Amino acid sequence: MCSYITEKAPIFGSAKGRSGWMRVDTAVVYYDHPVHVPLDHALNIDFVDSRSKERVAVELSAASARELVRRIQAALDSGEAIHLGSGDEDPLHFARAM
Amino acid sequence: MTYRNIICDVVPFTGHNGETGEAYYTRPAGPGPFPGVVLIHHIPGWNEFCIEAARKLAHPGFATLCNHLYFRMGDGDPDDIGARARAEGGVSDEQMLGDVAGAMAFLRAQSNANGKVGIIGFCSGGRQTYLSACRLPNVNAAVDCWGGRVMADPSALNAKQPVAPIDYSKDLNCPMLGLFGNDDKEPSPEQVNKTEAILKDLGKTYEFHRYDGAGHAFFDWSRPSYRPEQAMDGWNKVISFFNKNLG
Repeated sequence: MCSYITEKAPIFGSAKGRSGWMRVDTAVVYYDHPVHVPLDHALNIDFVDSRSKERVAVELSAASARELVRRIQAALDSGEAIHLGSGDEDPLHFARAM
Repeated sequence: MTYRNIICDVVPFTGHNGETGEAYYTRPAGPGPFPGVVLIHHIPGWNEFCIEAARKLAHPGFATLCNHLYFRMGDGDPDDIGARARAEGGVSDEQMLGDVAGAMAFLRAQSNANGKVGIIGFCSGGRQTYLSACRLPNVNAAVDCWGGRVMADPSALNAKQPVAPIDYSKDLNCPMLGLFGNDDKEPSPEQVNKTEAILKDLGKTYEFHRYDGAGHAFFDWSRPSYRPEQAMDGWNKVISFFNKNLG
């Protein structure tokens, strides 16, 4: 199906696109037809710089995406326990918390 | 028998609100007169499948225009522009209708046009075809290929798509061909049955064909959903239907 099921998240980060590194401020996540991966439907993520409209896109199988979610969570849990401190605050979410 | 020459160009066309966009225009070579077809691309955008499908219609004699519904969203590769459109929830039905009306006017304005214009759309474009066939005047034939959300749950309606196309069914003013895979979930076989029942009750002219062993997008040779046997039969039905109603 062509769905309009789209999740958008404001993010603070960088990504490397076709013209080099750039700041990305939005992640767009949707589960629908991919462009490239040979699947009928995929979990697609666009990391977007809304000013230049450039994006870094990934298309993952559903199982791959779920595994990635688990690995991200595991990396965050272990990494933050060791490293989180001054200098790691996300300006976007730090500002929201103020 | 020989193969017909076709001509292909990317051309400007005038869409909704008089704005100029780009469209892929492919048509038979020769004096005509030729019927026209507007091909509405699906949510992922103005992609290779839709462009090739346009050429497939040009070979048997249909001047076909596939207008880029996302032309207002800046420059870039069609898949990047498609991603921008998706992030914004697609385009509004009103804007789409204005663009399709402009595409139809483009085709009718050609010196070798026969004056008849049909519409075909795939996936979300199937939904938009159903809507266009109900809302726009002077559509001569419409082909809905597995259009999802023709019947929409109220929770799926929003400012851009405020009314489910099925609710305009009484205004359908041309013959409609519908092609569906029985393994599809959107539209499901139950939704297809309900749509057909409504068209039947309203006394509309339609042909619905359902394919076993096929799901969504079974024409799309770039996806695992491709079903060659069902696709070949479906294309034959599309071309026969347009010959019958646009010739």
